[in-house]
Amino acid sequence: MDTVLEISGLTKRFGDFTAVDGVSFSINRGEVFGFLGSNGSGKTTTVRMLCGILTPTGGEGNVLGYDIYSQTENIRQAIGYMSQRFSLYEELTVVENMDFYAGTYSVSAREADARKKELIALVGLEGKEKQFAGTMSGGQKQRLALACALLHQPPLLFLDEPTAGVDPLSRRNFWKILHQLAAQGVTVFVTTHYMDEADQCHRLGFMHQGRLIGLGPPSKLKNDLGVDTMEDVFIAFAERGEEAVRER
Amino acid sequence: MNGRRLAAIVKKEFIQIKRDKASLGIIIMMPLLMMFLFGYAVTTNVDHISVAVLDQDKSAASRELIDNFRESTYFDFNYYVYSQKEISNLIDSGRVKGGFVIPANYSRDLKRSGSPQVQFVVDGSDPTVARTAMNTATILAQRQSMDIRVRHLEQRGVSLDSVPGIDFRPQVWFNPELDSIKFNIPGLIGLVLQNITVLLTAFALVRERERGTMEQLIVTPIKPRELIIGKLIPYVVIAFIDVIIVLSIGVYWFNVPVKGSMLSLMLQSLVFLLVALGLGILISTVARTQLQAMQMTVLLILPSVILSGFIFPREAMPLPIQLLGNLIPLTYFLEILRGVILKGVGLEYLWKDVVILFVIGTATLTVASLRFKKNLD
Repeated sequence: MDTVLEISGLTKRFGDFTAVDGVSFSINRGEVFGFLGSNGSGKTTTVRMLCGILTPTGGEGNVLGYDIYSQTENIRQAIGYMSQRFSLYEELTVVENMDFYAGTYSVSAREADARKKELIALVGLEGKEKQFAGTMSGGQKQRLALACALLHQPPLLFLDEPTAGVDPLSRRNFWKILHQLAAQGVTVFVTTHYMDEADQCHRLGFMHQGRLIGLGPPSKLKNDLGVDTMEDVFIAFAERGEEAVRER
Repeated sequence: MNGRRLAAIVKKEFIQIKRDKASLGIIIMMPLLMMFLFGYAVTTNVDHISVAVLDQDKSAASRELIDNFRESTYFDFNYYVYSQKEISNLIDSGRVKGGFVIPANYSRDLKRSGSPQVQFVVDGSDPTVARTAMNTATILAQRQSMDIRVRHLEQRGVSLDSVPGIDFRPQVWFNPELDSIKFNIPGLIGLVLQNITVLLTAFALVRERERGTMEQLIVTPIKPRELIIGKLIPYVVIAFIDVIIVLSIGVYWFNVPVKGSMLSLMLQSLVFLLVALGLGILISTVARTQLQAMQMTVLLILPSVILSGFIFPREAMPLPIQLLGNLIPLTYFLEILRGVILKGVGLEYLWKDVVILFVIGTATLTVASLRFKKNLD
């Protein structure tokens, strides 16, 4: 299996505060990688460094073969990114939003036309092409934002809490699409707070106070800790993290 | 600079403006409203001053005096009264701005070659009206007095040509009627252009930040300068449409023709536009919310109205205030506008103003881009 992302000893300090502290892991092609941790654990800072919008203080890393210090422009052009705020323009229609993001990734007009049709079908927004983004439901906005992030056919997709504030049925549909993408070879890097979603990932990473304190497939993590549910895995890791901090 | 990305931003921005009623309102209604409000309300021309007259003589001579005043169109004799008390009552109530008192011995004194006293009182609470009334009344009365004397001399067989005097011929250039609208219209073009561009561009980046779309834009390959230029292009187009609206109203409605070159006027407006866009974007990088952006814009516009010489002549301001006005970009643009529109002069006289505006414009745009880059990290 080929590696799409690899970091070692990645560190980010803001003044005296160490937000990310020597984090190392790698992700393979076609994986759905779940990134977990409580608020302020360093999740978002790590994602921002991987996306090339924040310069690390230390450590090494490459994303899709591009260096995270010197080749951030290549990284930004190559990856797909979707934020929890579904960054859509509400007064633009579904197609106009897609046209805009196609333009920002320099996708040619002809290619964009083909991709739009394909993606509208994938995320199930057929017949809604001319609807304004502002008038859509949370689930529809989320799927449109996903379609916008996929226009330039990124081999690696970053999703920052993509299901925050969306109803359970929409969440389930959304995860179905993610697995479809992974089956096509797209690597999915997703941060989430939902444990049922964590269960659906191929592999998980647990962050606590800037450190990676657990890494592996959900079933292995459950076995190792001797628990039955992801909820228990999360609690066990959180407690272990607290102990580690006290010993430090 | 990537053309495809730039085009995407420009197109998106145009669609957003087109669908935003508030922006459209500012673009279309603001120039119209400001032109007609300022065009009619901000006028320092004073005529048809309402006055009362107490004619105690009631002779052909006194009527001749009143007729001369009336024909000047500066005075409207709305009240013929019978006592001094009535005049002061009318002035107190604000129904007249002044009153004439012609004494009962007026025609008799004139016949005896005397100089009868004609009294004129003015309400000085509005100095502009009072000054015009006083000056005009003095000139009209002197002319009447002169006419009477000439008539007397001619009756005695003395020709006017044999008496020495000055033949004074004042001449007013550029605005012979001294019409204040001609002075106001060019200034209005500058003010409208400034207000609209600064306000709209101030919102441009703040809106993205407020709605969370900025977070997404940062992750895309768009470069900061592409985003700024892409956002500015639509406003340049809109600002020029507004310049044309305002100029057309000035030329065709208020009859203030452009004496200089239209091309030169447009090019010099473009330089001022650079400044206005820079200021707007600068506000956009400082303000966190649209409300803050609005407040900062108002804070910027108010002093520019007063200090630039838009309404109040800068020559009349004390030196420190004049120097403060030198810091306002609109001051220089007003020189340009009035120069080209009223005097018909070109760059040979205005190049200094153009250079200063260009420097201010480049500086603000540079600072704005640098600040914006910082915000990303």
